[in-house]
Amino acid sequence: MDISSIFFAIVTIVAVVSALLVVTCKNPINSALSLVLTFFCLATYYAMLDAPFMAAVQIIVYAGAIMVLIVFTIMLLNIRVDANKKHVHQVALGTVTGIVTLLLSVLFLTRGKVAMLAGPVTSDVINQIGHTELIGAVMFTDFLLPFEVTSILLLAAMVGAVILAKKKLS
Amino acid sequence: MDNLTNYLLVSAVLFSIGTIGVLTRKNAIVMFMCIELMLNAVNLTFVALSRHLGNLDGQIFVFFIMTVAAAEAAVGLALFIAFFNNRESIDVDDANLMKW
Repeated sequence: MDISSIFFAIVTIVAVVSALLVVTCKNPINSALSLVLTFFCLATYYAMLDAPFMAAVQIIVYAGAIMVLIVFTIMLLNIRVDANKKHVHQVALGTVTGIVTLLLSVLFLTRGKVAMLAGPVTSDVINQIGHTELIGAVMFTDFLLPFEVTSILLLAAMVGAVILAKKKLS
Repeated sequence: MDNLTNYLLVSAVLFSIGTIGVLTRKNAIVMFMCIELMLNAVNLTFVALSRHLGNLDGQIFVFFIMTVAAAEAAVGLALFIAFFNNRESIDVDDANLMKW
């Protein structure tokens, strides 16, 4: 067992435990902080998969922007933690559905076979040219139109957020 | 190949945990965070397969998913604030105005 396998196992344990904490914590703030830990584990995976640009974007966008927004909203709304409500049927059915989802996806992953197409982007190419440059070259040639459409999406989301949060809807 | 399977299994586990969270929790913000967890599990699948196939298209998809998630966070949290202003609660069971 080499060092990268051990590192992978450690990161996996942290990721799964913190993901479980997101679901089980009573206080939403604790859930949010556990989710930040999960995002950092995912960024570690991206770095291990030779995708340092994705790891940086994961930390900046998810652990930075989105989680700050969520924590800010939780603190703004000042939600009470009500532990006395019990939803036994909902928890049982939800857990069974989740476990069935897990079993089905594991079945698909172990029965199926991934195509062994060796594309042009190997580890050597990434180390030589640089991951950010490769991503930028693809994004501004093949995916230029989706990139521009994304800017319209962000504008619409910005206007929508301002209008929705402005006043009472009644 | 073995390495790829490990990443895909981790992704499946995280996705299932997110599913359980969405189905079992009542707090709208926690449900929202579990949806983010599911999105991230799919992102891990995209990056692992993109690396395995030697093709960057999957990572471009991850970039767009992150953009959509950011837009979704802005609009969704604004909706939660509007909902809280009207109902003094963030419990999804209180969103029953259109229920009969």
